[in-house]
Amino acid sequence: MSEVKKFLYVNRKAPYGTIYALEALEVVLIGAAFDQDVSLAFLDDGVFQLAKGQNTKGVGIKNFSPTFRALGDYEVTKLYVEKESLDERGLTLDDLLAVTYEDEDDDYEEKPSIRLVSRAEMADLMSTQDVILSF
Amino acid sequence: MKFGIVVSEGPYTHQASDTAYNFAKAALEGGHEVPRVFFYHDGVNVGTRLSIPPQDERNIQQNWTALAAEHNVDLVICIAAAQRRGLLDENEASRQGKDANNIAEGFRISGLGQLIEMGIQTDRLMTFGD
Repeated sequence: MSEVKKFLYVNRKAPYGTIYALEALEVVLIGAAFDQDVSLAFLDDGVFQLAKGQNTKGVGIKNFSPTFRALGDYEVTKLYVEKESLDERGLTLDDLLAVTYEDEDDDYEEKPSIRLVSRAEMADLMSTQDVILSF
Repeated sequence: MKFGIVVSEGPYTHQASDTAYNFAKAALEGGHEVPRVFFYHDGVNVGTRLSIPPQDERNIQQNWTALAAEHNVDLVICIAAAQRRGLLDENEASRQGKDANNIAEGFRISGLGQLIEMGIQTDRLMTFGD
């Protein structure tokens, strides 16, 4: 498989309440084995998936948010978060998990995976993709 | 053109699997290729052979089975999503020690890799969902 395509996984829904976020993450983890150019987008209530300090004990559902912090190990290093979606929900970058990766092209320096983009930039990002999977 | 199709909502509750079916049929009849359809989330429920819709309604599973037979479409049900929701083929039922299986003819259970592979190998990937 020599062809490399740009895959974008679009996360639009809150982490709990429905299964979409969890099953989207399962696709990302399996997809990482295919050596494609992978990006994740978080918009609308999807930005809540990256909120830090999640505690799901009360709902009896597994808290899968620690998995986001492991994405760097799968070479998934581009997590685009839409600024307007954060603003609309009273969130800032400080409310999100510290997701990082080690940049092998830069002496394995630890860098943030989360990239804040505007709604317009998100649209541009989507227009450059080959495959978009929306959850 | 080569289309890959994802069905991500269950039958009857959502129109997604109907719309996906209509799209696939039209594409095939228009001379395009639909090598594979991937069923994910509640979409896996399309593949049970035990559903019995009223006789004056369409039978979504049978529509897909017939389309797959006629045009050689690979109908893949995600194994992880299927296991959560009680969709089993003969192999899985025996492997998991369950007393029954329910996969319809023309469908097969496989992994998420089939979804990624479909994205790589087709010209367009279409998701039919909510």
